[in-house]
Amino acid sequence: MIDLNLAIDRNPEGPAPQLELGHLDTLWLQVTGTVCNLACLHCFISCGPKNESHPFMELEEVRRAVETAAEMGVKEFYFTGGEPFMHPQIREMIALTLEHGPLSVLTNGVLIDEELAGWLAEVFRTSRYNFDVRVSLDGTTPEENDAIRGRHTFEKILSGAQRLHQAGLNPVFTVTTCHAELAESAGRQRFFDLLAERGITRPRLKFLAPFKIGREERRGGAYEDFERLREGMLDEEARQSLQCSSCRMVTAKGVYPCPILIEEEGARMGDTLEDAMGPIKLDHPACYTCFVEGVTCRT
Amino acid sequence: MSDLRRFAVFGGVYNNFLSLEATLRDARALGCEAIFCLGDMGGFGPQPDRVFPLLRDVPDLYVMQGNYDHSIGNRLEDCACGYTDPRDNYYAQISYDYTLANTADAHKDWLRDLPTEFRHDWAGKRVLMAHGSPRQVNEFLWESMCPDAFLEHLLKSYEADVLFVTHTGIPWKRELEGGRQVINVGAIGRPANNGRTSVDYALVEVDDEGVRVAFREVAYDHEALAALMREEKLPEPFVETILTGWWTTCLEVMPARERALGVY
Ligand code: SF4
Ligand code: SF4
Repeated sequence: MIDLNLAIDRNPEGPAPQLELGHLDTLWLQVTGTVCNLACLHCFISCGPKNESHPFMELEEVRRAVETAAEMGVKEFYFTGGEPFMHPQIREMIALTLEHGPLSVLTNGVLIDEELAGWLAEVFRTSRYNFDVRVSLDGTTPEENDAIRGRHTFEKILSGAQRLHQAGLNPVFTVTTCHAELAESAGRQRFFDLLAERGITRPRLKFLAPFKIGREERRGGAYEDFERLREGMLDEEARQSLQCSSCRMVTAKGVYPCPILIEEEGARMGDTLEDAMGPIKLDHPACYTCFVEGVTCRT
Repeated sequence: MSDLRRFAVFGGVYNNFLSLEATLRDARALGCEAIFCLGDMGGFGPQPDRVFPLLRDVPDLYVMQGNYDHSIGNRLEDCACGYTDPRDNYYAQISYDYTLANTADAHKDWLRDLPTEFRHDWAGKRVLMAHGSPRQVNEFLWESMCPDAFLEHLLKSYEADVLFVTHTGIPWKRELEGGRQVINVGAIGRPANNGRTSVDYALVEVDDEGVRVAFREVAYDHEALAALMREEKLPEPFVETILTGWWTTCLEVMPARERALGVY
């Protein structure tokens, strides 16, 4: 844990730190771009039904990125969006990726009907590498969750997750700690209790701090000026713990350092993975959250 | 074959002096000329100090530091496992506090100063041993989470043909092209979440043809260990694991694929 009082300098000066890519351990793919069937108030890339700023990726684009990363010795793959299950070729994408390594698909769970749950569970049982489905839930009551994720989503998300669980695939739940108390251990315990009530007996949970960009900036407020990283704030351990020292994100529009910055000006690194192996500048306020909260989007 | 050489490699002792004794006996009976311990002496089991006479100053034994040994050796506050599951955290901390409190200072110093990797040349193969992975002491190398190409990358970057690791507690091995291989030796201190009460280590045979690795199953007096754990008032879920062969805690770090093979 980082001591906040030591980490916060109210008047940071000097250039932003540079960060080298150690090794490409994690490849993220924004398979459905910014297109989503929900429009959550805390979405840091403002996804929604009408946001096509990053469109769907084509199957061949996914194949090329996955194969290139595999040649580089990547350790794991993540699919996100938007909502990955809106893609008409998502099943082909999942199958081809799992030939090369473990995969996690991040979903809001709403589209997981019985048939899809059965297919996903079969993939989980038969693939050579591990396969995880990560479902986002933002509260232990409809009031708490729906205020962020939209009306009636609490029930839909939990039903999707329960179908997966019944089919034999135990999902991971991602909780964004917009309600600060959910990060505390009593808040965590409420999730375990809720899931146990729903028959999900071996729950896996991941808590994520919100990033104050995209739609979340309008909901929870923007970064303050002092919330910036400066040269000298990061020691070697802190550098290695930042996920962008070992990940890249591919979208239909090119390659980015991480899943967080795909809509941010100047973050795009190039057209192909090969173009994006160089160092990055940690000059974005969201980098401050990664550092202070120790955020990684990996499971 | 006159110049067959045998070695044993194990990890994850977890205070289990009874399985440690049984493993060493088995390896020596098979004529192993050297035995390698890849670390994590403490945690989980009873009476931490009882493993050290078996491990220290023994001519055929080479011992490496694991992340747990680093924490205990440096008198840190926890094992830095970082579980989010409150139950996992709770039990991990009990076990850590118990081990820290019951390890003699001289043994702590010994743990603190252990080496963190071994390199050998066996039959022209460059053999590397590490605790978690060669690049990070607490990196988990689970079978379902390690693409072939990733393992190739590790071997290439760390200039090895054969890599031995532990840290996850579940054994597996993978053969890659050109006789290269990666072996996770599992742990001898706790059964491998497979419903067997026995534990595993890696038996290595080296001759002109190359390096062959097989897992050896070792039974030990697990009931005596369980009785002692109860006497020491260690958590009952830990005792259950020793008696049933199924993990009951620390499941959160295990990939879903491996976890689905267990009962919890
Ligand atoms: S947070 Fe997830 S589910 Fe919600 S709008 Fe953004 S991408 Fe869609
Ligand atoms: S937002 Fe976080 S992950 Fe992305 S570049 Fe900045 S520090 Fe790295």
